[in-house]
Amino acid sequence: MPRITYREAIKQALSEEIERDENVCIMGEEVAQYNGAYKVTEGMWDKYGDKRIIDTPISEAAFSGLAIGASALGIRPVIEMMFMSFSYVAFDQLFNNASFCRYMSGGLMNVPIVVRGPANGGTNVGATHSHTPENLVANHPGLKVVCPSNAYDAKGLMKAAIRDNDPVFVMENTLLYGQEWEVPEEEYIVELGVANILKEGTDMTIVSHGRCAMIALEAAKTLEETHGISAELIDLRSIRPLDEETILESVRKTGRALLVEENKPYCGVDAQISHLIQYKAFDYLDAPIHRVSAIDAPQVYAKPLEDWQIPNEERIIERALALME
Amino acid sequence: MSLGMATTQKKTATADKTKGAKQADFVAAPVNAKLSTEEKLTLYRTIVGIRRFEERSLQAYNQGKIGGFLHLYIGQEAVAAGITSLMGPNDHIITAYRDHGHALAVGMSMNECMAEMFGKHTGCSKGKGGSMHFFAPDKNFWGGHGIVAGQTPLGAGLAFALKYKGLHGCCVCFLGDGAVNQGAFMETLNLVSLWDIPVVFVIENNGYSMGTSLERSSAEKELASRAEGFGIEWESCDGHDVFEVREVADRAMTRARDSHKPFLLEIRTYRYRGHSVADANHEKYRTKEEIEEYKKNKDPINVLKEQLLSDGTLTEDLAKEISNEKKAEADASAKFAEDSPVAPRSEIQTDVYWEVDNDTEGRLKGSYFFND
Ligand SMILES: Cc1ncc(C[n+]2csc(CCOP(=O)(O)OP(=O)(O)O)c2C)c(N)n1
Ligand SMILES: [Mg+2]
Repeated sequence: MPRITYREAIKQALSEEIERDENVCIMGEEVAQYNGAYKVTEGMWDKYGDKRIIDTPISEAAFSGLAIGASALGIRPVIEMMFMSFSYVAFDQLFNNASFCRYMSGGLMNVPIVVRGPANGGTNVGATHSHTPENLVANHPGLKVVCPSNAYDAKGLMKAAIRDNDPVFVMENTLLYGQEWEVPEEEYIVELGVANILKEGTDMTIVSHGRCAMIALEAAKTLEETHGISAELIDLRSIRPLDEETILESVRKTGRALLVEENKPYCGVDAQISHLIQYKAFDYLDAPIHRVSAIDAPQVYAKPLEDWQIPNEERIIERALALME
Repeated sequence: MSLGMATTQKKTATADKTKGAKQADFVAAPVNAKLSTEEKLTLYRTIVGIRRFEERSLQAYNQGKIGGFLHLYIGQEAVAAGITSLMGPNDHIITAYRDHGHALAVGMSMNECMAEMFGKHTGCSKGKGGSMHFFAPDKNFWGGHGIVAGQTPLGAGLAFALKYKGLHGCCVCFLGDGAVNQGAFMETLNLVSLWDIPVVFVIENNGYSMGTSLERSSAEKELASRAEGFGIEWESCDGHDVFEVREVADRAMTRARDSHKPFLLEIRTYRYRGHSVADANHEKYRTKEEIEEYKKNKDPINVLKEQLLSDGTLTEDLAKEISNEKKAEADASAKFAEDSPVAPRSEIQTDVYWEVDNDTEGRLKGSYFFND
């Protein structure tokens, strides 16, 4: 199987969907002539032209709302946020209009748009550029959100998102763009709402998503090799819809849960997972549920501090050992 | 060159105003004619200082000492230097992420700025904000903001407060040519006109927003003319001659202070470097010739140097001395930054909440932080 980068995987998904459906178009800042701020859409403007790959002014509110309007008549816009952090200037369009048009119309209007772009910290760019708002999105019924942790999922989830009839946010990660994974040449889809067990284990369940799942995978290997602890690692992939059953099944088996995410803890995704576990698997728990999240403060700029602020292997292992006590 | 025009005046009439004026007229304008030798040298020192500082920071970035983004102001220096030189005690400024020039021009030290970019505890924001987020409220400088046009309503707010408190002052709020297309800015324009708020918006039009030329981002190319739809007066001028910047901005700022009227000023300028240092391919969306042409004919340092040489303010020797001084200061700031410590981990959670930082009674009511 060929190994390709996360970036290339997304580009393949976008290109395949553009070729499959004439209503799919891409819109965003620098996506066309500049080839994308992070080069995700590199070469696509050359290949598909002005009609399909559209450069916008720095007007996120306008082009987000425009995408919603266009989707009402069957267009399937994929809008790129150069950083997901910039979606905040389009908050009303995305969090009122995209999420509630279906509901407010009693189901008469659909909003089949995709909002994609990097949503991560760890790159030393400060608080305003390091948001991980998958929890905010998930807090809005009507919106869907996925956080691919690797190239295979990125491609499969992106294709599913584009074909989805509701608004789907795809949270990418600038630190993953250049990393490679095996991705089959044949077409495939990764359905929304299906978690992935990255590693099987018996002593504890680690639940994670996005790049954190990859960090947790390293930590789980170290736990096994150095500490003789067998951790099962679940990568959520999709935050909403959420694969509750896979989480519960694992916790019923291991009796312990460690939740790891890059989000800030208050009302983070893991707050919901934690509730789910205690509510539906209470009798199976041998210990309280533990969490590793970003240290609760705006993202700090200084690199050594930021590297400590977001979950790293060291912090995950420390928590895992505490959980086993 | 009075500002007595009606607010509905056609764009061509306004735009032509400065285009027709010659360099000599700007130098002769009262606001410039009154400058002492020392004041003129200060302007020169500021502009050269910004250049040398940024050249040094670029070097540090390439050595991996500075992380994140580095948006250089090289080529635009006369705009910040000219406008900040007009600031009175009640005048305030605010800008976007391309903020090094403004910071140094209001008198922030190279040390605190360089250390901030190195992410050190001695930085102006303790290493929490980085290159895009310099602040110096004691110098009436309110940042350094990373989200495009996010600073524009804040600028209006600073000016609102001045008027509210009955202070004779104004706020100058800088933004880019790409930033004009954000909704927040459009809403703000209406508000400041409706409420007579003493803010001067300065669009630093360097022709590009990242890789997008002005032609590809704005339908109406005379950006400042948007002011007309809001009943705001406007003007556009060139930004490579600090005397021109001062002449035009002085009228706008004086009017704002005296009559609480907002103003929209577009200053044509140019950045020599990429959008940020990461924008390595900036010669793909513009030509080498375009960059060289600006460097040759409109370099803010050269233009001012020529003027000061010809009026006897400056000699070649003194120019060299100033440049060396500033280079040494920039080098020293890099050493200072290098030698400074990173803040301790406990600093991650300071400067978030008042109660926690000041350990007030409120600190005991409710939890403020939520890690396990
Ligand atoms: C809301 C928002 N969208 C996008 C960005 C990314 N971005 C940062 S600067 C920039 C270009 C701005 O250009 P301009 O306003 O002309 O200012 P200049 O960089 O030329 O000084 C873009 C797109 C951002 N920081 N904020
Ligand atoms: Mg610009």
